[in-house]
Amino acid sequence: MAPPPHRRPGFSRKAQYSLFVTYVAATAGTIVAALLLSISVVDPTGFAALRTFGAEITAPIARIFSALRVSTQAITHDASAYIDAASKNVTLEKEARANRSKLIEARALRVENARLRGLLKLTDEGEQQIAVGRLISSTASSTRRVATLSVGRNYGVERAQPVRGPAGLIGRVIEVGPTTARILLVTDAENLVPVMRVSDGLPAFSAGLGNGTVLIKPLNLGESPFRVGDVIVTSGNGGLYRPNTPFARVIRKTSDGALAIPFADPGNTPYAIVMQQYQGAARAAQQAAAPDGKTKEIKE
Amino acid sequence: MKIPITAIRLPTRPGREYESRFDREQSLLKMLAIPITSVILASMVTTLPIFTAEPLLPPFGLLMMLGWRLMRPGLLPVWSGIPFGLMDDLFSGQPFGSAGLLWSLAMLALEIIDSRAIWRDYFQDWLIAALLITAVLLGGLWIAGLAHAAPEPSLLMPQIILSILLYPLVVRICARLDSWRLAT
Repeated sequence: MAPPPHRRPGFSRKAQYSLFVTYVAATAGTIVAALLLSISVVDPTGFAALRTFGAEITAPIARIFSALRVSTQAITHDASAYIDAASKNVTLEKEARANRSKLIEARALRVENARLRGLLKLTDEGEQQIAVGRLISSTASSTRRVATLSVGRNYGVERAQPVRGPAGLIGRVIEVGPTTARILLVTDAENLVPVMRVSDGLPAFSAGLGNGTVLIKPLNLGESPFRVGDVIVTSGNGGLYRPNTPFARVIRKTSDGALAIPFADPGNTPYAIVMQQYQGAARAAQQAAAPDGKTKEIKE
Repeated sequence: MKIPITAIRLPTRPGREYESRFDREQSLLKMLAIPITSVILASMVTTLPIFTAEPLLPPFGLLMMLGWRLMRPGLLPVWSGIPFGLMDDLFSGQPFGSAGLLWSLAMLALEIIDSRAIWRDYFQDWLIAALLITAVLLGGLWIAGLAHAAPEPSLLMPQIILSILLYPLVVRICARLDSWRLAT
């Protein structure tokens, strides 16, 4: 359709001026938006209050849809469980028998571990959950991998707390609202997680690639020591994430590391648990005494 | 006298039944509110529980705004990209101001295109929309990369293609909304 001839308003001064004003407003508004953008680039948490407001007002709708989604998933899961129920039952019983002996061994190991830790006088802060919520939405249209959690300050959630699901680590809290919190997923390029290989404790770092996979980079230089199928867990370095949280499985070896898929799929996680920081006090002390004496808090 | 049951008609809209069908006024509220609300609601699609491993969900707010702008030039003012964009920033997860800037630039670009290529057909509009969608998505990635670590641009390919292919659908939704908007 051709544009209406409003751009040539004739001899009417009023029309000419009002047309001119729209262009001035557009230009000025663009400059203001650029300024707002530069502020939020310099200080990424600056507009957190506005975003939190947006998340809060849409949270009720998101909660309803999330509940619907969970219940439909449950229905389809229940229905599919009836298919092949007998053969599945047999295989599961076999697995359960095999697992029983392993479980007993694991219990014995845990007792032995506790005894050895006692000898070494290592103290361990207990596994402390803060709140359990559900992921209710995510930034599916942006390159940032941020999800919204259904609990917030009302359940004691605070910034920089790790979040895990039943399958593994999901991410960490970056912004908190009264009843919602925003979580930076481990697949975001910004999220660095100290991890290790579970078989030998090989230390590494994980960085998200933004496409559902993470890049595992070992601390040691040299050829990539990973193999396809290696299981990666968090190492507890840095004091934020608790050690031995299941993290990812290696799917491809690269020249200097490995590609891995996180165990926790945010789209398929029934619930998310907000945890206490692993060594919160030590972490705070370390950050207060930064090398340059100025850095108060690392940019989350 | 008995009334045959077929003769009984339920008044569907009792208020309008006996009004004149001529010279009805369009509702000013509907004319203004429908485009604005549709763009904002389209921006809020991200609040639905959709989880994707990579950025895949098209920027529906942008598609809706481009749809209105290209289908009805002159309806949305030149500066309307700024409020729409800032509203989108609340829900998109991008740094605040990113869509405000990019959408506004897209609207200004359209204003320039309108003064050059006056008579266009549908496919030219689609091409223009495709270019603008690609530019805005890549710009959004670049801006996200200024503030945070950002992934590779090739990651955006599926989203760009999906958005371009969904544009005709969005224009049709806009057209339906437009006929409702202008209905008397």
